Amino acid sequence: MKGKIHSIDTFSTLDGPGIRTVIFMQGCALRCKYCHNPDTWAVESPDARDYEVKELMEVILKNRPYYEASGGGVTFSGGEPLLQHHFIKEIFKLCRQEKISTAYDSSLYISSQVVLDLIPFTDLVLADIKQINNEKSQLLTGAGNVLNLKNIRILNENKVRIWIRYVILPSWTDAYEDLEKTALFIRDLPQVERVDLLPYHSLGSHKWKLLDLEYQLHEVEPPSSNYLQELAQLFSSLSQRPVYLA
Amino acid sequence: MFTQWQDFEPGRWMCEIDVRDFIQRNYHPYDGDDSFLSGPSARTRSLWDKCQELLRRERSRNGVLEVDADIPITINSHPPGYIDRDLELIVGLQTDSPLKRAINIYGGLRTSVRACRAYGVEPPSSLIDFFEKHRRTHNDGVFTVYTPEMRLARRVGIITGLPDSYGRGRIIADYRRVPLYGINYLIRTKEDDRDSLNKTMSDYSIQLRERISDQIKALQSLKEMAAAYGFDISQPAANTREAIQWLYFAYLGAIKEQNGAAMSLGRVATFLDIYIERDLEKGIINEEAAQELIDQLVIKLRLVRHLRTPEYSELFAGDPNWVTESIGGAGVDGRHLVTKNSYRILHTLQNLGPAPEPNMTILWSKNLPSPFINFCSRLSIKTSSIQYENDDLMRPLYGDDYGIACCVSAMRLGKESQLFGARCNLAKLLLYAINGGIDEMTEDQVGREMPVYEGEYLDFDQVMHRLKIQMDWLAELYVNTMNIIHYMHDRYAPENLQMAMHDSDVHYFMAFGIAGLSVAADSLSAIKYARVKTVRNECGIIRDFVIEGEYPRYGNDDDRVDELVVELVRMFIKYLKKYPAYRNAEHTLSVLTITSNVMYGKHTGTTPDGRKRGEALAPGANPLHGREEKGALAACNSVAKIPYKYARDGISFTFSIVPDSLGKSTAEQVNNLRGLLQGYFTKGGHHMNVNVIHPEVLKEAMEHPEQYPDLTIRVSGYAVHFIKLSREQQEEVIARTFYRRM
Repeated sequence: MKGKIHSIDTFSTLDGPGIRTVIFMQGCALRCKYCHNPDTWAVESPDARDYEVKELMEVILKNRPYYEASGGGVTFSGGEPLLQHHFIKEIFKLCRQEKISTAYDSSLYISSQVVLDLIPFTDLVLADIKQINNEKSQLLTGAGNVLNLKNIRILNENKVRIWIRYVILPSWTDAYEDLEKTALFIRDLPQVERVDLLPYHSLGSHKWKLLDLEYQLHEVEPPSSNYLQELAQLFSSLSQRPVYLA
Repeated sequence: MFTQWQDFEPGRWMCEIDVRDFIQRNYHPYDGDDSFLSGPSARTRSLWDKCQELLRRERSRNGVLEVDADIPITINSHPPGYIDRDLELIVGLQTDSPLKRAINIYGGLRTSVRACRAYGVEPPSSLIDFFEKHRRTHNDGVFTVYTPEMRLARRVGIITGLPDSYGRGRIIADYRRVPLYGINYLIRTKEDDRDSLNKTMSDYSIQLRERISDQIKALQSLKEMAAAYGFDISQPAANTREAIQWLYFAYLGAIKEQNGAAMSLGRVATFLDIYIERDLEKGIINEEAAQELIDQLVIKLRLVRHLRTPEYSELFAGDPNWVTESIGGAGVDGRHLVTKNSYRILHTLQNLGPAPEPNMTILWSKNLPSPFINFCSRLSIKTSSIQYENDDLMRPLYGDDYGIACCVSAMRLGKESQLFGARCNLAKLLLYAINGGIDEMTEDQVGREMPVYEGEYLDFDQVMHRLKIQMDWLAELYVNTMNIIHYMHDRYAPENLQMAMHDSDVHYFMAFGIAGLSVAADSLSAIKYARVKTVRNECGIIRDFVIEGEYPRYGNDDDRVDELVVELVRMFIKYLKKYPAYRNAEHTLSVLTITSNVMYGKHTGTTPDGRKRGEALAPGANPLHGREEKGALAACNSVAKIPYKYARDGISFTFSIVPDSLGKSTAEQVNNLRGLLQGYFTKGGHHMNVNVIHPEVLKEAMEHPEQYPDLTIRVSGYAVHFIKLSREQQEEVIARTFYRRM
């Protein structure tokens, strides 16, 4: 079995605990306006490469001493990794055998059957919440959030460890009522261990241009660090979870 | 038995010089955290304020506060010097005034005069006359016998940075012997050694008798130097303060006698902890007092100065002295060697602020206690002033009482020593292989004469064959050149005092080095896996290359090219070992550049990997900037593949990362940095310099150096005040890969 992989980062400390190998899968169904990896959208891309399961496992195993020393492991990201869930499941099974911790970072805009299918092999899910408000989600990502929220609840019910990721995009995701609703949603999910607030940045905008896509957020300023601190505090007190700023 | 030894656990160390035995029987491993540490005392703060004012003045005077061109420095050349007598608990300066630099003529008359003139002073003509007429110096000795081939190799930069015009250094005397035994005991032992050579007068015994006699004289001089400061060091030290003072005098005598490039301290923290524990137990001192003494020792180590020429600074930028202190590690019995004093000496980076000296070197073992590892990681993140070396790799070869000289060179303290030999340029050597030994920059015939490579495209097997021929040529020339240098150094600028703090029968390493490893390997990889077309100038010399296709690059954990790196190192040490070394020394090899990678690059033509003429080489064993495409661990894994057994003088890797990329919280960052180090060393890595800093901060410091006087970063094997680097070197540091996540 083959997976279509956009790129691999052998040293990530931001995608789950410890030092992790992050595999960025090619292909995504969403079209988030702030996406800094639009080059991972298309299912086929000249930059992506097919990996056999065995081949990817070799890459992963090379860094075992670092996982062991730091409590790290493997994280699938993307793109939307779950579009290639069969491949991921194979890798996760082998990681389980090798006692390497497994995680994926997903928007969870995917059939719940896929999520359920992976649960036995998944140690941690970095679950994105794009927008708690369905209509706003539609505008921001091109899709509603019903599946997203449903899948997070499923993960919670199945006792999977969850870290929530939420992008602060001024005037798109930082309205008080949205933040409050999101935080309260999280508060009721005991499996959510922490929340990462990710400030919007425009570093990916050049990629849009390269792909001949129209970047619509030129006017949006990245949030200031004071403002982020404020939001983090608010979020933390409402959700009763530790909040980290990336 | 000496009364000063009361309450110490007895052992063999009482019958003969055996510092290791003393440590093993008496030290207290400490498994706790850093919560016991004290801040700087008021006295230390005042003293350090005064020093900082002096350092500021030194910076404003182009890096040199004052030069004494009149009195050539010896152990007792200058009267006692003080910063502020009332504030100093540990005393002793190289000259009569802090930061005043003296001339050390024995290393080289020409060099000394040139160095003086660079700072606008002139040694008295009577002094120059005396040395010209009556006393040959090391540098003059070397050039008297250098062959034309050696001079040429040096001039074009295939071998450079050789210690033929400056002190070789890299010798670590066992300074701990002075506090533990006192000078008189050391002299008696040396007299016994000399007297045991009374029978047959061979070259060997005559030379050794002469050397030992000079060592005894040096010990006597050291005693006089201490007496001038009001201390009698003929007997062992009786308490902590004396132990630190005796030890510092021993080191001070060494840096007065020698201006070696690297004058390392050894491994003193745990040794001194034994005295501190005894005094704490007796209630003579408390923790504040112990920290104060260590802070004050470190202040002295930060003020070590030698007079250097501008050419020297191009190789070793930022006025480094490599006062390397090796900390931690584990014993052969499995106990770790971390004590409270391991913490105290590191804590000076917080009490006095970050600084390049002493060169803090953590000997990493999987047996180190977890709180200590966390403490070191936290300090690395905060100060970028620490380097790490793999004790689990070195202990089987050097035991558990070795020290690191300079950056990465291990040796048993007091039992082994090194003949330092800078490095040669492998990237250039590869071009010699292609151009039949003709230097691509000067067009001199330097290497072994062969026809210039004939084909249009480079063929891997042919280039390898040619490279082996040139490598053999270089190895022979390099060993012979080193033999001359060290013969003359022994003869005209011997390290009498340092060798007095060694056993009389010392095992020597001859330390060779290579620069340009990554460029040479990437070039071979391009030739093997892509197609490399040659471009010739009007004389037919190949000066440029066109690469068609892709090739694997070193730094991406790709065996196809990483194996070429290993092969280059293996081949070169094999060729070096073919040629006998002076003093029957054991050949070793380092992959270390200091800052010379910039200068070497400047003198190296365009290489088949696509690197342009004049561009910097990568530092140490690092992959070339920007060629690591698979992230930090892939680069670490590539470097870790170089077997230590082929490069026993050390494999230097400098790792730079922006703080956020280590994790979001401090706890995460600490955890991930220790995970990175542990992983790297488990993979067999030897050394890692860790910088946790934003390149933006460095850019800012380039524009406003006055605001960043203490900004410290690690370059290949040592730490340096960033603002003391030349602009070119600063730019090279910034251009390096700083791992970060987009």
